[in-house]
Amino acid sequence: MRSRDMSANVIRGSLIALIAALIAPLAWAVWSLPEEGLGLRPKVVMNLPQSGASHPVTAVLLNFRGYDTLLEIAALLIVSVGAWSLGEAQETDDSQSPVSPVQRLTSQVLIPLMILTAGYFLWVGTKSPGGAFQAGALLGAAGVLLILGGWTPAPSLHWPVRISLTLGLLVFVVVGTSVMAAGGYFLEYPASWAGTLILLIETAATLSIGLILTAVYVGGQPRIWIDHLPGDKGESL
Amino acid sequence: MAAVNWVFDSLLMVNLLWLAWRALVNPNLFKAVVLFIAFTLFLALAWVRLNAPDVALAEAAIGAGITGALLLTSLQRINVSKPNKKEKPDEV
Repeated sequence: MRSRDMSANVIRGSLIALIAALIAPLAWAVWSLPEEGLGLRPKVVMNLPQSGASHPVTAVLLNFRGYDTLLEIAALLIVSVGAWSLGEAQETDDSQSPVSPVQRLTSQVLIPLMILTAGYFLWVGTKSPGGAFQAGALLGAAGVLLILGGWTPAPSLHWPVRISLTLGLLVFVVVGTSVMAAGGYFLEYPASWAGTLILLIETAATLSIGLILTAVYVGGQPRIWIDHLPGDKGESL
Repeated sequence: MAAVNWVFDSLLMVNLLWLAWRALVNPNLFKAVVLFIAFTLFLALAWVRLNAPDVALAEAAIGAGITGALLLTSLQRINVSKPNKKEKPDEV
């Protein structure tokens, strides 16, 4: 073997040894966990009636650890801002890969179904698996399907999309601070309002997350929005 | 039945490791991305077996839908900018 092959094999071998050394203690630790470890589950189940949701995951995400979810949505917003600040969206070359009739028909059937299913996930998230992130991810996938079908956004959608991107974080922060007026700490929902507030936050978050994921897929601001910034005298490049 | 659980879980684990290895080793990047999407779907099944259906839903939608589409689009843009890329013979 040449020396380059040998050094590559040495690197590969040592990498495998390092990863095995990392995974073996982890595997042993997971294996030695008690079969029915309860952890925090009893405490969550005890406080579930006041949390406003009957599914423990949603209660933890949106109420008990609501601050973490707030920061997650803020992180997603920063991701979309970062992805869009790298330049404008690349022009799609429709002559290279024209949209086939099968794709068009499938998108026309699938996208409304996906929006409906996202709404279902959002609604059912209070009592069974679902919730804002799942619904938002499905909306993002529907947006990706839309872009793949050759849809380009109209100039009039510029500001609605901008506002909807930030709506999730905005509603979360507004709800969190306005419950302070009712005498609680930041994000301490009063027990009778908790269910409504959680649904409100989740709805705004779903819309935002779906738009953020689609915006990250588009990869930049569409050119048609840069050409038509408010304040332009209508000059085109 | 516990036996069915064990068989299913071990098949799932073997599949996950196999898909991950083949996705990393494949010289054809398009096949690698497709194998990665398949890996994501199997991982969603693994999350269900770990009693985390919320994570499974998010994994299926984001991993297969968003990340898969992002990788394929990036691949298309890389290949467009390198038109004289030679492909090795097919292997999966």
